[in-house]
Amino acid sequence: MTKTSRLSKLYIALIFIFLYAPMVVTMVFSFNGSDSTYIISGFSTQWYTKLFHDSITMNALENTVILAVVSAFISTVMGTMAAVGIDSLKKKRIKSTVMAVTNIPMMNPEIVTGISMMLLFVFAGRLLGQRDTLGFGTILIAHISFQLPYVILSVLPKLRQTDRRIYEAAQDLGCPPVQAFFKVVFPQILPGIISGAIMAFTLSLDDFIISYFTNGPSFQTLPIHIFSMTKKRVKPDMYALSTLMFAAIFLLLILMNIVQARSDKKQRKAKEEK
Amino acid sequence: MKQSSFLKKIINAPYMLWSVLFTVAPLIMVIYYAFTNADGAFSLDNIKQIGDYASTFILSMGYGAVATVICLLLAYPFAYFLAHCGVSFKRMSVMLVMLPMWMSFLIRTYSWMTILGDSGVVNNFLFLLGKKEPLPLLNTPGAVILGMVYNFLPYMILPLYTVMDKMDNSLVEAAQDLGSSKLNTLRRVILPLSVPGIASGVTMVFVPSVSTFYITQKLGGGQINLIGDVIEGQFQTAYNYNLGAALSLVLMVLILICLGVLNYFTDSEDNGGVLI
Amino acid sequence: MKNSKEIIKLENISVAFDGETILNDISLKIDENEFITLLGPSGCGKTTTLRIIAGFLEPDKGDVIFDGKKINGVPAYKRQVNTIFQRYALFPHLNVYENIAFGLRLRKEKEDEIQKTVSEMLSLVNLKGFGNRNIASLSGGQQQRVAIARALAVKPRVLLLDEPLGALDLKLRKDMQVELKSIQQKLGITFIYVTHDQEEALSMSDTIVVMDSGKIQQIGTPTDVYNEPANAFVADFIGESNILDGIMHEDFSVEFAGIKFQCVDKGFKKDEPVDVVIRPEDVDVVPPEDGMLKGLVTSVTFKGVHYEIIVDVEGFKWMIQTTEKSEVDDYIGIVVKPEEIHIMKKSQYSGLYGDYSSFSDEFDELSDPTAESEEE
Repeated sequence: MTKTSRLSKLYIALIFIFLYAPMVVTMVFSFNGSDSTYIISGFSTQWYTKLFHDSITMNALENTVILAVVSAFISTVMGTMAAVGIDSLKKKRIKSTVMAVTNIPMMNPEIVTGISMMLLFVFAGRLLGQRDTLGFGTILIAHISFQLPYVILSVLPKLRQTDRRIYEAAQDLGCPPVQAFFKVVFPQILPGIISGAIMAFTLSLDDFIISYFTNGPSFQTLPIHIFSMTKKRVKPDMYALSTLMFAAIFLLLILMNIVQARSDKKQRKAKEEK
Repeated sequence: MKQSSFLKKIINAPYMLWSVLFTVAPLIMVIYYAFTNADGAFSLDNIKQIGDYASTFILSMGYGAVATVICLLLAYPFAYFLAHCGVSFKRMSVMLVMLPMWMSFLIRTYSWMTILGDSGVVNNFLFLLGKKEPLPLLNTPGAVILGMVYNFLPYMILPLYTVMDKMDNSLVEAAQDLGSSKLNTLRRVILPLSVPGIASGVTMVFVPSVSTFYITQKLGGGQINLIGDVIEGQFQTAYNYNLGAALSLVLMVLILICLGVLNYFTDSEDNGGVLI
Repeated sequence: MKNSKEIIKLENISVAFDGETILNDISLKIDENEFITLLGPSGCGKTTTLRIIAGFLEPDKGDVIFDGKKINGVPAYKRQVNTIFQRYALFPHLNVYENIAFGLRLRKEKEDEIQKTVSEMLSLVNLKGFGNRNIASLSGGQQQRVAIARALAVKPRVLLLDEPLGALDLKLRKDMQVELKSIQQKLGITFIYVTHDQEEALSMSDTIVVMDSGKIQQIGTPTDVYNEPANAFVADFIGESNILDGIMHEDFSVEFAGIKFQCVDKGFKKDEPVDVVIRPEDVDVVPPEDGMLKGLVTSVTFKGVHYEIIVDVEGFKWMIQTTEKSEVDDYIGIVVKPEEIHIMKKSQYSGLYGDYSSFSDEFDELSDPTAESEEE
């Protein structure tokens, strides 16, 4: 038993090495003394300083965060409403049609989703007689659209788990319907809403392909900026950026991990009480 | 019942409107552009040209299939082992699997150039061992496959891990109790029960692999042209939206057929639900 | 107890879902302080009736009158009735105290008032000291008590109970029956109780409303419903019955199983075909030569207090409960006294029930509507 478990741990470790090798490489080269991404020559933090003084990158970062916050907020609100609506649909045929449409952006290759949106915007622009339709508005619409299914699919299961009768029970005790929803149903589905929102936010931060087809020259996001940078020879400042992103996400994950561990402990305690 | 139907409509309306405008309408646009020419007149020229790209489609499907199979072979034991680890190790590992998904895939892909390039990390190591000529690693089919496997492996691991972690261990014990060998248990109990995870993982790896363009451009050095590259080229350099739309339409249909076949054999109810 | 002021009246209520009739012209009066039970198999419309009174469902036709006023269209949250739901529907994110305080907080009551009421309720349902407990950490019986306390805290005029004990095991169910009844008597409020368990209905209710296929079959006290079932359905659903085809020749004289019997019923047409009900415990076993009817014993089951024997009398299988032991294949006689013979008019249920030809305990259980199915 110990032998196989040691072997399996070794296998797990190997896969992790494979997954993290590029990240280790970027981290090492981000401290490179020269501007090469192939040969190490000395240690320096110049690329980090350069990065912070690069106004284009900083602007792209700002755009990305704004886009992610706004789109995640809208898609979370709309997606939650949609999930509640879908859950309340009685007619099976309508329900399955809506779910099929919801699944389209998840099943379709991103490139097809991207170009289909682009075609719509270009077409609409032509109808309206405008040349440059692509910009913040279009990329925002695109991001909301591809985030919606993820929000809906993370809220729906929570709604299904929620006993419908607690909604009636609240009304029975004197709560008007809308207030009853927020008082007793909302707390039950909140974990689903939060995980949907986090997913929407991170998907937006990281999205390249759909943004690539729906953004305009007036609004560059970080992934698009990185894309245009990697068309040329990349300097270690990109690696510095990647390292910083890694650090930020790592911190966030550790934080989430601690929070989850704590709530797990609480649940275990509640069970023990029983 | 009666008074709530109004509320229901208000709640459903925004999303339904949105889906029609921004999910259904764009697909109609793809069809519209595919069947018209640059002047907006009906035309079958684009569809006729598809034949020229048949080999590209086949090549893309081939690359996607190879990457998917490798991902499955790598991820399956990983997910199985992980599902049998301690709770805190599990949680940390799942986190570590997810982490790369949240990082810029552009930079992560690009950094493989640093590893595989002629003067990259691997070749430098080989020079140290006394090799004179650099090993050509970059700009090969192998590098492209590696890029796909590297990028999409987490999407295979997570759904597999989810089903295996949920799998009732007493089923495995029951099988062994009934005299099944370890290998037999794997084949007759664990494998069939993990089919929904496999289906979902295969979908999530195959679709982006078939349609990628960045990985081929960076790790294939532009020598390997997959359908994603062709479509991207039509939109971003050749500006032939109509041909690009036609190619996208065919790609979409091909992928739908593949997913349909996959669903037919695995008969899983919903693919999206396995993740999370 | 016995003031008969009417509190709820249902008038000609009909409901259909997707073209399927759920309630068909139901009319019912419920008095203040009454313990009334809606009894019937699943799908009979009892839960639907309850939901109409609670205000979760609007009838297609008919009126709901509360305290002399029509309350059709008044939403649930404005009605002075409260519900104990199947499987309790407690709010999982609130602790016991907050669950019970929920309705009081909505009324913006003062904190010390709320505290007082909650602790009163907790002691009423024997859950003192459970206020801070998490709902998930409670057993089924304890959750049930919290649900009762939560509904009673808002001092409803009428309490609706939708199969409240269905999820509990037998022992606990019996205890809770006694407890619910005593709570009802202590507080003196109207209970409208829905169940498919006839024993529960018989032991708790002042009035039983037997329902089937969206219609009320009989309304009466437990004794009435048991002793004077209105039709074959009621006779079969409540207790065990032998139901035979008979002909009422004249007042006090009925013929069934080929023999004329004396009985105590009258008021039928001459030679009217009727259903004859004889409860298994009302049949006496005698030596064959003394019997009015004779038959062969086909099965004997020991039930603790009595034996349950099935006797084949010329093709019709009778169920008899007796303290005297018989053996399978014994030839016995049976005697029925006139006052034990109950005559019912023919109904749509005639011929469907009351013959124990295919009788077996197991079969009875399988076809029992108790299976945890829900209505709607």
